[in-house]
Amino acid sequence: MSGGVSQLLEQIHMFSRRCLFRVISMGPLPIHLAFIMDGNRRYAKKLGLEDGSGHKAGFSALMTMLQYCYELGIKYVTIYAFSIDNFRRKPEEVQSLMDLMLVKIKSLLDKESIVHEYGIRVYFIGNLGLLSDQVRAAAEEVMKATAENCRVVLLVCVAYNSTDEIVQAVKRSCMNNKADRDGERRIQLVDIEENMQMSVAPEPDILIRSSGETRLSNFLLWQTGSSQLFSPGALWPEIGLRHLVWAILNFQRSHSYLEKRKKQF
Amino acid sequence: MMSLRVPAPSSFNLQRFNEKRWRLGRDCFLSFSPSCVENRTGLIAVRAAKSEMTAFTAAEEETLPEGLQPELMPKHVAVIMDGNGRWAKNQGLQPWDGHRAGVEALREIVELCGKWGIQVLTVFAFSTDNWIRPKIEIDFLLSLFERTLKSELETLAKNNVRISIIGDSSKLPKSLLKVINEVEEVTKNNTRLQLIVAVGYSGKYDVLQACRGIAQRVKDGEIDVEEIDEELIEQELETNVTVFPYPDLLIRTSGELRVSNFLLWQLAYTELFFAQELWPDFGRNGFVEALMSFQQRQRRFGGRKS
Repeated sequence: MSGGVSQLLEQIHMFSRRCLFRVISMGPLPIHLAFIMDGNRRYAKKLGLEDGSGHKAGFSALMTMLQYCYELGIKYVTIYAFSIDNFRRKPEEVQSLMDLMLVKIKSLLDKESIVHEYGIRVYFIGNLGLLSDQVRAAAEEVMKATAENCRVVLLVCVAYNSTDEIVQAVKRSCMNNKADRDGERRIQLVDIEENMQMSVAPEPDILIRSSGETRLSNFLLWQTGSSQLFSPGALWPEIGLRHLVWAILNFQRSHSYLEKRKKQF
Repeated sequence: MMSLRVPAPSSFNLQRFNEKRWRLGRDCFLSFSPSCVENRTGLIAVRAAKSEMTAFTAAEEETLPEGLQPELMPKHVAVIMDGNGRWAKNQGLQPWDGHRAGVEALREIVELCGKWGIQVLTVFAFSTDNWIRPKIEIDFLLSLFERTLKSELETLAKNNVRISIIGDSSKLPKSLLKVINEVEEVTKNNTRLQLIVAVGYSGKYDVLQACRGIAQRVKDGEIDVEEIDEELIEQELETNVTVFPYPDLLIRTSGELRVSNFLLWQLAYTELFFAQELWPDFGRNGFVEALMSFQQRQRRFGGRKS
């Protein structure tokens, strides 16, 4: 009986969410959302759980967010899963994060996984050479397995730093410039941009960082120059539909003014 | 000085400050609490155009306002001075009156930085994106900048302020370039406060010019491609005019929630503060609020506070 009631409630929830999304879709929608998933450990501490469970709860929150993005028709989603700076944390925490990542990355290869259900193409962006062979191999396998998907693009930044990404792009630009026959040609912005790992996606429209911190933490510095920044106080596992809707409504308000102003010039 | 983008008329106060921090009501996501910052604009008339910056000497060093701790003061503050145009419109004035009021507001902040021990203040005066503005507005802004530099030179020199200008100078008029060189030369040994003015600047442009410099050095055989690292890029960025190139705090006024390509590399770990007030209204109160918010933040730089 209670199973039937909860199923009914779930149906009602899904129906009202679909209606809400239909209303929101009448305005401009972001094409690319980026998330800094901050606050997992604080969440575990707050609920008195053991350390690792914060990240597990964070993963579930991520899956829910991806589902909402898919339902809304948002094409690109980028997440900051693990920064190069995070390697400086205690070895036990780093190892447990790597273990969790390995499990979750491998699970993406399952037939029933969300990537196949929603047609998600997955990219792993970052200095993958810093990861263990197992994690890197699993990541490469997922990228290969999802290469044909085209409904949604998920970019997972792991072992990533924006400054590291820029250094690699500058290195490649300099190498190309050196090898260039036409010695007089100066490096242009587009040369650096096409050498960025994130060039597979357009710039994010909105960057959402959970847990209330208002800083970029070396994430997508190059790509978020024009992005709307949003920092809800909720910890990442607490992030929900209302935060997403709020961010999009804010985006829509500023979007219409920016468009008007662009036409003015 | 310039409004860089059209700010949305947002009544959502997403300013982050203390326990009065506005956050989404849990019950109903469509409810939003009123701005926790009192509207203190009133109707401020345009201040007299030629007010001089009062001299601040060591003897007159002001104690910090209550609530601010000297050991937690940021070394480098960056400011996006947004909202002059909208301020002027609200007052029924012309855009250039807004920019003039913006200069007054900047004077106040420079003075406070000098008094409160902030060592570097970077301000976003004119972006590479702003060149699409109407010529009449651009000409006014650049000539306002030139006049302000000339008139303030003596005061700044007296107050031990060093001025540095960063940005793409190739499109600036010759007369302005001449004044810039003179001001930089005269103040280059000053040590109390370094005021960096970004004109014709953007974060991407800075990385690009750094990349070009490095590419030339690679072509000349001075360095190897493999030697290119973060430190090398940092040295080539235009913010190498200071020993503290990374702002601890970035303030943007007028409620707009974006960085607008002002500084890029340098903002990796900068605390961002978005103020609702328009720039001419920002003043001392707004600045104190931003500093208090900054002092309460936990900066972890990717690590953990155990």
